This record gives sequence, C-alpha cells and structure tokens, in this order.
Amino acid sequence: MKSILRLAVNGKPREDAVAENALLIDYLRDVLGLTGTKQGCDGGECGACTVLVDGKPRLACSTLAHSVVGREIETIEGLSRAGNLSRLQRAFHEHLGSQCGFCTPGMIMAAEALLRSNPHPGRDQIKAALAGNLCRCTGYVKIIESVEAASRAVEQAA
Amino acid sequence: MAALPDFRLLRPATAADAVRLRGEHPASRFIAGGTDLLPNMRRGLMTAEAIIDLGGIAELSELRVVDGWLHVGAGVTLAALAADPVAQARLPALAQAAASVAGPTHRTAATVGGNLCLDTRCMYYNQSEPWRHAIDNCMKIAGDVCRVATKSDRCWAAFSGDVAPALLVLDAEVLVLGAQGQRRVAIADFYRDDGMAWLSLAVDELLVSVRIPLREGWVSAYEKMQVRGAIDFPLTGVAVALRREGDTIADVRVACTGVSSRPELIAGLDALAGNPLDDAALALVEKQIKRGTQPMETTVINVSYRRRVTPVLAKRVLRRLWEAAG
Repeated sequence: MKSILRLAVNGKPREDAVAENALLIDYLRDVLGLTGTKQGCDGGECGACTVLVDGKPRLACSTLAHSVVGREIETIEGLSRAGNLSRLQRAFHEHLGSQCGFCTPGMIMAAEALLRSNPHPGRDQIKAALAGNLCRCTGYVKIIESVEAASRAVEQAA
Repeated sequence: MAALPDFRLLRPATAADAVRLRGEHPASRFIAGGTDLLPNMRRGLMTAEAIIDLGGIAELSELRVVDGWLHVGAGVTLAALAADPVAQARLPALAQAAASVAGPTHRTAATVGGNLCLDTRCMYYNQSEPWRHAIDNCMKIAGDVCRVATKSDRCWAAFSGDVAPALLVLDAEVLVLGAQGQRRVAIADFYRDDGMAWLSLAVDELLVSVRIPLREGWVSAYEKMQVRGAIDFPLTGVAVALRREGDTIADVRVACTGVSSRPELIAGLDALAGNPLDDAALALVEKQIKRGTQPMETTVINVSYRRRVTPVLAKRVLRRLWEAAG
C-alpha cells in the first residue's frame, strides 16, 4: 500500500507516493533515479548504501523510507555544486581513493559526516568513522589518505 | 535479499498509542532503528502485516539523570548513549558496550531498546531461506529440531546483544508498558534461558526505558571477542563491575553475552568479598563463568574456544579494573 511521503532529498523538498514497505534505498534508486547510492550486501554489513539523514550516516538498505518522513536526506549526488566536485570527491579522485568505485559513494558519505563534525580527524578517527564501510578492492590506505587530503583542503579553504 | 513482505506502516506519537496499536493488530511488530528487524524480515525469519514505527515517539528518546539514576529511553540511539558524558564517566561498561555494537553507521540508527530485545542468533538460523530449507530448517523457524543440539527439546540460539550484560552488572531496571499499565522489572528478570522466548515481555508490551543507579565507588568495563573487528556480534562478551576497598574486593559482578540464550549474570561471586584479587579469586571467577554459561555451536567459531576465552576475557578486564581502582 502506498502513501504520501514528504521529505527533502539533497536540499529539495519532495512529495511522492511510496509503498509503506519500501526501503530508503529503493525509494532513492527506483523512484528518484539516484543510483549513486549503491546496493552492496543489502543486509547492513558493507556500508555501500550509506546516506546522510539529518547529517548523520545511515544505511539506506536497513531503513524504511517512511520512517525518515520530514527529514533531510543527502546522497552522493548532492555533494557537487554546479558541476564542481566536493572536497572529498576531489580528494578521492586525486589521491586514488577509488578503485572499482562501488564502495566510493558510501565511503564519501560516511567521511562527509565525519568531516562536518570533526574537520581535522586523526587517522584513527577516520578509521573508526569508516569502520562500517567495506572496500572489496581492499584499497583502504588510499581511502584514508583521501579523507586526510580532504581535511587538509578544508584547512586551506579556511 | 528478498523484498520485504507487504505491510502497513503505523507511526504512533506516544508510547501508549504504540501499545494500543499493538493490541489492535495482532500480526504486528515494533520497529525502532530497524537494523536487526529489517534484515531478518528480508531473510524470511519473521513477518508482519503491520509495522509500528517507534521513531516518532519523543518520550522514548529521553536521556537524563533523575534522583541518582540515569534514565535511558528505549529509543535512544547507541551512538547517543556511547557519547553521553554521564554514561562515560559514571557507567563506563554501559558506554563501552553501546560503542561496541556493530559499526558506526548502525549505531546512529540502532537503539538501546532494540539491542536489549535483539533476536537471538545462531548459524543455523541467520541464513537465507534456501540455506535453511536445505538442512530441513530448525525449531526456531519452520522446523522441529534444534540443529545445535538435535536431541534437545529447546532452542539454543545465543543472545548476542552487547548492552544487556553491562546493565546486569550495573543493576539496572527496565520499564515496560502494556495495556494494563506499566511495570518495572530488574534487568535479570527481563530475560529467559530459551532461544525462542528469551524475553519476559508479553506480545502487547513495549520496553519504554531503562534506568541505572549512579553508585559511588564502582568501576566497570565491557569487552567482547568478535571475528570482524569493525562490525560484529560478540562471540563472547563480558561486562565487569567492581568495588574495591583498599586491598580487598568489596563487591564484584560479572555478566556474559553470546554464550547462552540469555545474558548471564555469573552467580557465586559473593564469596570474593573481603578477599584480594589474587590467583585464587581469579580461579573462582573462571570456575563460576564455566559453570554459569553454556556456549553452543551457534557460531562458526568452535565451542571450546568460546568456552576458554570467556573467562580469559573476564579475568583480563577484572585485573585491569582492580589496578585502576587501587
């Protein structure tokens, strides 16, 4: 059964008829076409579907769409501004933080939440914040270096 | 995984409304963070015609100190509890246990109530439907026998929540709301030693909150063993609370998780009061843990390892707390 879901996605208010048993990931990917959010393990173990709900990282595969009614959802598509990559996107690109790329949106969203609350995290803090995100290419070193580079970019901008 | 079954999603604004809806919809379930329930539903382990979402109930999210107790609403997220300054300073076992659950992205959604009511786990149960069907199922879902102990008449699935053992050693109480009103239950009485019916909670009852006394002179800690360091259920988890007076133990409490169908407060440690934490004391702790827990073949890691490592973990934590309190 569908009912009306009102929330904001990437800064834009939305109103959609969504099945009451729909998961947030299915709403984002199938209804809105925001396929940047990846469906990995699909069971809450890999973090590929990480999005931000009111600025906090959440697993879109383990969240009902209607349970985030009225909240602000941010996906990887919301990070770039007018075609310009965000600091994390640029850092992942320049520091080879992305290999096959499948885990990258989830990694970047988890890292984005970290940098907003802690603009200059230490290496251990980065590891802890990304602990729920798996990279099957096992490129973790470059991922952590990318987040460090992004945090320095914040410094330069400030 | 499979799609979710078709259900209505109900979003009550108060705990009383949630309980009323639960009574009106017999085939319903409560959902909070959803990190346990939704994957389980998608594996066909449970179903519902209506899901009652507790996320919109403000009273369940209260986290505050009242008259020497820390009150934690069942809807408080594990991330919020782990970061709470009172929990960190006065009830470290609780803050550490909350911080050790799953991964950071789970903890922003998963709640204290959800972790306390976590479904029991077993490697013959937490599998896909075809996998379970291939072994002709188990008694916890659609089958007749317990695959862990085929001659047993009960289910041995292990309780695997991290928060409950911390609450056991900290002497917490839970508040339960039902159609007949509310009742307070000591945390030890909230659990039963049965993998299929591990909660003393009627179908129309809701876990509303937990309260923990803020006592002077106690130190506490929680540690767990897990296969995957970043995200995992405990192979075994141990919470310890200790009150040291000079060179003797005044009080010590130990509780384990992951090694029985309920979180287990270890009995028989009263004898340690008045003694120093010497080899004899540690030997008694080991003996009582082995007597009080029964790890079964519920995980891929074998029973003998979990049986040996549980007291090792407890003694390690106990020695550390003893030094810290000296």
